[in-house]
Amino acid sequence: MSNDHGHGDKPFLAHHFEDEDHQFDSGKLGIWVFLVTEILFFSGLFCAYAIYRSMHPEVFVFASTALDTKWGAINTCVLLFSSLTAAWAVRNAQLGQNKRLIMNLALTILCAFGFMGIKYIEYKHKFHVGLKPGTYYAPTDEAYPGHAGLKAQTVAFVAEEGQGQEHGAGEVQVPAAAEHPAGEVTQHGAEGEAHAKGHGAPWNDPTVPVEVRERLKIFFGIYFCMTGLHGIHVLLGIVVFGWLLTRAIRGHFTPSYYGPVDFSALYWHIVDLIWIYLFPLLYLIH
Amino acid sequence: MSSTTAHEHGAAAHGAPAGHADHGAGKHHALPGWLLFGTWIALMALTGLTVFSAQYDLGAFDIPIAMTIATIKAFLVMLIFMHLAWDKGFHSVLIFGSLFFVWLFIGFLAIDRGQYQSNKDQFDRNKYQSAPQ
Amino acid sequence: MAKIDLPITGRETGRVPVQHLDTNYLNVTKGALSWLLTLDHKRIGVMYLIGITSAFAIGGLAALLFRLELFNPGMQFMTHETYNQFFSIHGAVMVFLFIIPGIPAALGNMVLPLMLGAKDVAFPRLNLGSFYLWLGGAFFFLWTLIDGGLDTGWTFYTPYSSSVSSTAVIQATAGAFVLGFSSIFTGLNFIVTIHKMRPPGMTWHKLPLFLWGMYATAVIQVLATPVLGITLLMLIMERALGIGIFDPKNGGDPVMFQHFFWFYSHPAVYIMILPAMAIVSELIATFSRKHIFGYKMIAYSSVSIALLSFLVWGHHMFVSGQSALAGVIFSAITFTIAIPSAIKVFNWLATLYKGSVSLETPMLYALEFIWLFTIGGLTGLFLSVMSTDVFLHDTYFIVAHFHYVMVGGTLFAFLGGLHYWWPKMMGRMYDEKFSQAASIIAFLGFNLAFFPQFIMGSQGMPRRYADYKPDFTLYHQLSTIGTLVLGIGILMIVYALLKSLRDGRKAPANPWGGATMEWDCPSPPPHFNFEHPPHASDPYDMERVKWDDEVQGWVPVPGYQSRIQH
Repeated sequence: MSNDHGHGDKPFLAHHFEDEDHQFDSGKLGIWVFLVTEILFFSGLFCAYAIYRSMHPEVFVFASTALDTKWGAINTCVLLFSSLTAAWAVRNAQLGQNKRLIMNLALTILCAFGFMGIKYIEYKHKFHVGLKPGTYYAPTDEAYPGHAGLKAQTVAFVAEEGQGQEHGAGEVQVPAAAEHPAGEVTQHGAEGEAHAKGHGAPWNDPTVPVEVRERLKIFFGIYFCMTGLHGIHVLLGIVVFGWLLTRAIRGHFTPSYYGPVDFSALYWHIVDLIWIYLFPLLYLIH
Repeated sequence: MSSTTAHEHGAAAHGAPAGHADHGAGKHHALPGWLLFGTWIALMALTGLTVFSAQYDLGAFDIPIAMTIATIKAFLVMLIFMHLAWDKGFHSVLIFGSLFFVWLFIGFLAIDRGQYQSNKDQFDRNKYQSAPQ
Repeated sequence: MAKIDLPITGRETGRVPVQHLDTNYLNVTKGALSWLLTLDHKRIGVMYLIGITSAFAIGGLAALLFRLELFNPGMQFMTHETYNQFFSIHGAVMVFLFIIPGIPAALGNMVLPLMLGAKDVAFPRLNLGSFYLWLGGAFFFLWTLIDGGLDTGWTFYTPYSSSVSSTAVIQATAGAFVLGFSSIFTGLNFIVTIHKMRPPGMTWHKLPLFLWGMYATAVIQVLATPVLGITLLMLIMERALGIGIFDPKNGGDPVMFQHFFWFYSHPAVYIMILPAMAIVSELIATFSRKHIFGYKMIAYSSVSIALLSFLVWGHHMFVSGQSALAGVIFSAITFTIAIPSAIKVFNWLATLYKGSVSLETPMLYALEFIWLFTIGGLTGLFLSVMSTDVFLHDTYFIVAHFHYVMVGGTLFAFLGGLHYWWPKMMGRMYDEKFSQAASIIAFLGFNLAFFPQFIMGSQGMPRRYADYKPDFTLYHQLSTIGTLVLGIGILMIVYALLKSLRDGRKAPANPWGGATMEWDCPSPPPHFNFEHPPHASDPYDMERVKWDDEVQGWVPVPGYQSRIQH
């Protein structure tokens, strides 16, 4: 029954606020507090990432060869563009430019769909090559493609003496019968056997201890959790912006009432911000 | 902390011109289009820079450089797109305060893990000692 | 909607204000939907009260059952596995469904806008959303009970929870996850309400201490709970997919789980106690007829407890495999957090000194709180010393410590607040003598239940054990009897409150003589609380109100000029 709206000419001014300014200020503070919670929410995953990467940098270097930098970069650009359209939508609302507001909201939603589309392509490929999280991790031969010129850092597994050794210039051994990058022939033989306990041997060498090779799946656990959670937030953003779009089409937003556009854009920028950090941390590891 | 009360809000609003100044300073001013567009260009350029620099092995500087570029992008998004540069200082306090707590969390864990990592490595070794390959 | 004749408050008019309303927020609209879809913070508060009381009953019943099992050594009617289930359910239900939401949701929702002279919280729909999230979490816990229970302890430590236990771990963690968001949104709502909806004249230093406490609690809710959320999500992934973060079987690190878990759960215990302390400040001042001593110290101590609480979580992990370095750091910082708590206790005692103390039921609870919390808090200090904690960890000493602070502290303060604001909420006075007796019985029962646990804990009785050496029998029996007495006390409390709804005298607007703003509107308040927010004055200026024999309550002194300088 509660009649929370109805200041006559201001249909969206809630009864418990003095005026529209009061409502806007409160909403603004509210969304900023919410963004604080989002930052803390993702922090757990960033923490897990930071700990695991600092303890096992070699795992991350190698595993990220399975990620396609191209798609990651395109996704980054898509999200950056959508941040622009979202910020521009706020400007449109503030200036009463309803048609442009609708266009920018629609563009933001399209970009979000584009992002999810690319995510779908990436995930599909990973599942196809067996790079699944957790106990389902079962990479096929194509899982870790060789890249010409890429140097894998095969940091030694912590030796009995407790000393880690870093070998900078190991060459990637392309698994089984896959192509060899031109001119780069992997050399193992005696050297490989001598490093059988993990001193400088490449990853898929069967003499590398299994506990070292198994760590790769932790990378993918973290990868799917981080990008998955981020993806869920993108989907939620689509829902929110869809709601905004319908309201904009109905002409709800005016220069004196545009709070929902402003606050939703702030949410969207946080989603973009998280990706700004995810991209280099997951895709650009060398 | 804000000492503005509801009553003062009401008084201020009634004093202000109807429709709120579009181009004046304060929370309701619309960002100019060139600023938004320019920020986006800068963000794209920085993205290109980070992809470019990732192709080179910069040793120990890999992570700091990537993170620095990401942080510059983050600042651009926060200060301009998210309007923090013109907003109440309290909003900035909220965000940077929360980042302090994140840093605290990660920092403490990293210190502790660094200390007991040898235990974990020992465990991992023992675990696989008898496991079939 | 019935038009209420104004004026309602007597501050401006000098006339005796409207005391009691027969048409009020409880009955202004009728029907289930008008409650289930309400945006009125007061109705939401009442619904929460019903919910958390029910959760308390379930958690309490579980405790009673396993304490009966523990009456004698050997297994009487439970197996070891069932026992594990009972203490886990007891812990999880009490922590997540009762004590963390408790005071903010049931009392905070009711009182916070009234204390601010506001019509509602900042985001009423979000408030209703928080309530439905609470219900959702409760639903997941019920599902857990039906679908295999929980035997991991409320702490869900890996690897037991991720790969060994065959109970409904995922449902329970999903429930806690959903409840976390309920808590976050309540905290968010309170922060914005306190920042943006204060009445004219209410600067931060005129904010009632209950609101300072709620604000500090909300800060913790907003900062800490998301970390619990991600931890539980990752635990679900670990259990369902084996991602390898927390379970050593998959290459993970169980100590890391504990770090993640306690990063939230330690601040969570301050979510539990700060609102309790906030209530006690109100009760002590009102029932001493005296301005609270050291207002600023108490206010700032709430905030400093909130911030310090994030720096000490490792004191739950001294024997977990955490490094000695981390242990030393956490131990040292934990010493410091005793200081703001002690500051509060000293200020309360100073308020009592030379005050005109009366022992109505709410005040009894406040005094009992001081006794119980002091014991609980001091024993916490013993535990913060790493060298003693190594022996006391996972013994009954710990169990006694946290029950003294959570039950002796939070529950008793909650009951005090409930009795204090009951006339405002329900418009009825309860039988004072009966309620006082119930309070004392509960207090005695509580001490009998938990003090022996300190002793047997220090003698080595481990916690979470279904069976024990006969040497400990006496302590267990005392403890079980105490639990029964406590249970009787609580039943009496509930009975008295429910009876008042039918038989209680109609309550005046201000039955206790409080000087905070909620006492300026009728009991129960109308739907909209206040037509306009009254102008704020010092919340502890007791001379602002005087006893009026005719209304049998306190009324504002007409034309009162405050002599308090601000």
